[in-house]
Amino acid sequence: MKQFVTRRLGYSLLSLLVLSLTIFFFVRVTGDPAALLVEPGASEDDIAAIHHKFGLDKPLWAQYGLFMMSLLRGDFGQSFYYQTPVLDLYFDRLPNSLLLALVAMAFSLAVGIPTGILAAVRVGRFWDSAGKLFALLGLSLPSFFVGLVLILLFSVYLGWLPSSGSGGVLHILMPAFALGWYFAAAHMRLTRSSMLEVLGSEYVKLARLKGLPQSWVIGKHAFKNALIPVVTLAGINLVLMINVAVVVETVFAWPGVGRLLYEGISFRDFPVVQGIVIMGGTMIVVVNLLVDVVYAVIDPRIRLEK
Amino acid sequence: MAATPNRPLLEIDNLSTHYVSAQGTRVVRAVDDVSLRISAGETLGIVGESGSGKSTLALSILRVLPPAAQIVSGQMWFENEDLVRKTDTEMRHVRGKRIAMILQDPMASLNPLFTIGNQVGEPIRVHEGTRRAAAWRRACDLLKAVRIPSPETRVTQFPHEMSGGMRQRIVGAIGIACEPRLLIADEPTTSLDLTIQAQYLSLLRDLQREHGLALIFITHNLGIVAKMCDQLVVMYAGRVVESGPVSRIFNAPAHPYTKALLNSIPRMTDNRNRLTAIEGQPPDLSSLPRGCSFAARCPAAFDRCHKETPPEFNLEGGRTARCWLASVAMQSGAA
Ligand SMILES: Nc1ncnc2c1ncn2[C@@H]1O[C@H](COP(=O)(O)OP(=O)(O)OP(=O)(O)O)[C@@H](O)[C@H]1O
Ligand SMILES: [Mg+2]
Repeated sequence: MKQFVTRRLGYSLLSLLVLSLTIFFFVRVTGDPAALLVEPGASEDDIAAIHHKFGLDKPLWAQYGLFMMSLLRGDFGQSFYYQTPVLDLYFDRLPNSLLLALVAMAFSLAVGIPTGILAAVRVGRFWDSAGKLFALLGLSLPSFFVGLVLILLFSVYLGWLPSSGSGGVLHILMPAFALGWYFAAAHMRLTRSSMLEVLGSEYVKLARLKGLPQSWVIGKHAFKNALIPVVTLAGINLVLMINVAVVVETVFAWPGVGRLLYEGISFRDFPVVQGIVIMGGTMIVVVNLLVDVVYAVIDPRIRLEK
Repeated sequence: MAATPNRPLLEIDNLSTHYVSAQGTRVVRAVDDVSLRISAGETLGIVGESGSGKSTLALSILRVLPPAAQIVSGQMWFENEDLVRKTDTEMRHVRGKRIAMILQDPMASLNPLFTIGNQVGEPIRVHEGTRRAAAWRRACDLLKAVRIPSPETRVTQFPHEMSGGMRQRIVGAIGIACEPRLLIADEPTTSLDLTIQAQYLSLLRDLQREHGLALIFITHNLGIVAKMCDQLVVMYAGRVVESGPVSRIFNAPAHPYTKALLNSIPRMTDNRNRLTAIEGQPPDLSSLPRGCSFAARCPAAFDRCHKETPPEFNLEGGRTARCWLASVAMQSGAA
């Protein structure tokens, strides 16, 4: 067990290292941030001064070395644009992202679980096919498209909901829907397959043999068991939602971490982009690690696997 | 419904249950033209190799079949009511109340997330409208009835805290909770300890005596049939190949398959201790051969066996057999 955890921990650190390298070099391909920070027609000297100020005049490997050194000390650097620590910016925006993710999660579960159960109970019949179509749409329609359709319908055409910004309850509805849409389909699919497995189990058979009403068999005996994997996935997906909301937050001008990332990319604000990507990567890696370890504790077959 | 007064407790006539694949292309004839009867208080043994359709037959009686399975024809009369024609709601009042069943796999039959007391009390709550607390006390008594020590603490525990033998008895307790007229017990295939097995069998027999219930006992083991049962049904490839009183069949089996099964019982007195297993494999139930389905493995098969399917012949002494040889014996006996 100790060996298993050590090995998984090693893989996690390695993948974070690869991520940091990748993002470090990728942002530098997007162009020179100095060009966006100076007045048009600034002199070579002005630009050189900015390069010097941000350490961009050093060789790439030295820049990466310095970046990693300060990262190990927990210092994500200063934003080129805002001139404040990246972490301050990040934690300013995080509550908004969390709120959006929570509402989107609630929506995705409220839609995904009942439809998944319905599809499983009516397997192979109309509601199952309807559910399959919904899952296909949910998993294949990109969130920016869903977002634009929502804005067209509810803001432009009907004028019911504000198309951008934050503050009120109404502001969060459309971004949460656009973000939760994909996850609703994912949760529906998992609920369906998990429910189907449970419905074929011996204890559900025994529940029916006892003469229990169908609602009792499904609502009590099958539902609780079928929900276990769904809840696990939802936990992972919540972390994912915080980190993949870039497009939705941009479309709806929602002031979360995703929009900060978008701004960072537009302004070639290297420390901001690097910081957000590494924070997100770390969150996802940690959650995956936790899930692997918890499963290994529960299931001896995984633990003993070579 | 016109009640026929002299029907036994349960009478099954020409029942067929098939599994149909999703595309409808593959049809598994798991139960094919099966007839049997059992009277109140009697014990009926059903034996047959793995895959011969025993569990499917039992689940058909209670109409708790997987979605792929379908009762395609036949009748089932229980206390003069036709089970095949009952609505789902009517069937619910039969299940667990008038006919109960103990499933084959005691380890998987209990829901891991609910306490024993909750699960044992359930049939009482739905069928008798008993309150939760009262049902809980009844569950306690039932555990005592199936000889589980310190039932007061056991009811509060979860299935994973019990041994296999104990879980099997708990499933037994669920079976007798509402004092059914008929109990169907599918013998556990995950073999329990021999002494635990023996205790379980004697428990079943005692319960049967105390409650006067009829018992259908499904097993692979003819030795157990000899000890437990009055009547015997031998199944092969979804069909009943022989049926009748146990003692008569054991003395003079009419079907070559029954003969082979009897020969394969390991005898304690036999110091050679050899198991005469039957050569060959049972046929694929989705593409049965022409003629008798046992013909390919039958030492006594002749031409006709490979061409025509033998019908169920009624022999003397309340016996039946699906074998052309039995018909010959019957005719020569009559002549
Ligand atoms: N869900 C299913 N779909 C398709 N075929 C099935 C299904 N369940 C069982 N069968 C087939 O039906 C036949 C009868 O199965 P059944 O479980 O009734 O046999 P059994 O006599 O109880 O066997 P065992 O002694 O192993 O319990 C087998 O050939 C099996 O492959
Ligand atoms: Mg079986």
